Amino acid sequence: MTWAEIIVDVLKRNNIRLVPYVPDNVLTPLIKAINEDPFFTAFTCTREEEAVGIAAGAWMGGMRSLILMQTSGFATLPNALASLSVPFQIPIVMLVSERGTLGEFNIGQALVAKTMRPVLDALAIEHHTLARLDEVDFITDRTIKQAVATQQPGCLILSPQLTGGKVL
Amino acid sequence: MTAFSNRPQTRDSVKIMSRLDLTKRLVAKLHKHEAVIGGIGNTNFDLWASGRRAENFYMLGSMGLAVPIALGLAIAQPERGVIALEGDGSILMQLGSLATVASRAPKNLLIVVMDNGTYQITGGQPTATGLGADIVAIAKGAGLSQAAWAADEGHFEEMADQALAEPGPWLIAVRLDAEKPKIQTTRDPVQIRSHFMRGIGTQPAWGS
Ligand SMILES: Cc1ncc(C[n+]2csc(CCOP(=O)(O)OP(=O)(O)O)c2C)c(N)n1
Repeated sequence: MTWAEIIVDVLKRNNIRLVPYVPDNVLTPLIKAINEDPFFTAFTCTREEEAVGIAAGAWMGGMRSLILMQTSGFATLPNALASLSVPFQIPIVMLVSERGTLGEFNIGQALVAKTMRPVLDALAIEHHTLARLDEVDFITDRTIKQAVATQQPGCLILSPQLTGGKVL
Repeated sequence: MTAFSNRPQTRDSVKIMSRLDLTKRLVAKLHKHEAVIGGIGNTNFDLWASGRRAENFYMLGSMGLAVPIALGLAIAQPERGVIALEGDGSILMQLGSLATVASRAPKNLLIVVMDNGTYQITGGQPTATGLGADIVAIAKGAGLSQAAWAADEGHFEEMADQALAEPGPWLIAVRLDAEKPKIQTTRDPVQIRSHFMRGIGTQPAWGS
């Protein structure tokens, strides 16, 4: 199975049906698979903050979500995470496609990527990097389960080591 | 019912009303356990002052996210009416969410924009609506065809009745005076969330 197929499988096992996202090129196979599968309700948002709000409302209404974005999108989220997800104890699970490293060609992406893990650590948000195919199932599944059990956000970072990333 | 179409209005032509009075009028109509998501600050405070309904959620600090939270809930619970109350400064911060709501077209969602033309809670600085932007025109441009200004209190009530009875999404914009809220919400996020989730049936009562 590809990393995208494994993630779809893990989402289904964990009853995650709602996938609001802002697209990223590397995420295309996952977005395509989710959009083609009637198990999921997937749609684009205009901003990543919006996706956090939607996932929070859906969680309170009894529906689980995964939100998808790229590194630059994560950089717009500290306020939404620090004011909504963390203090209200709403488990927002994020999957971030990692730009800005291992062959990045855009200096802006490289700089914004440097802010991601420090922000996650500052907010004490559990995060793991998916770099190897044989670890995707375990890390994704356990990150979702921990987020739900502890009622805290969790973040999965999709490394170019796994996806090939985006190159010139 | 044609409350949304029978009195075409512009921002300049509608009556300036009281947020607390309109919030109370709206809450008085909620007989089907509709959920209400209050926006940052004053909108929340007057919702709190309109009665401590179990189905009210008071969002603290996440300026602009009342509409996205309401959309997520409307998707998760399609049988329940969901209402977002949002200030003009807040909706201006997240205008894209109007386009997202329009493209998802949830039948059970009503957005009420509380337009006082200012960022009242931060000192009354003018917002873009106070300088000429029209939220109803923006909402229509975003694809929300069922959007209109409330001409006065009676018209607001007719619009609310229609929005609560017929398929949405709906957006009602109201113009407000500068009256400030008299009381404030609790500031305990976990208590707010937990109380709300019990109110909408997604968290069992303590000990059950
Ligand atoms: C992202 C963000 N920027 C700024 C603020 C500060 N802030 C809090 S409330 C507010 C004004 C809200 O204006 P509006 O939605 O029109 O409501 P009103 O105060 O008029 O009732 C601002 C600027 C904030 N909380 N979050």
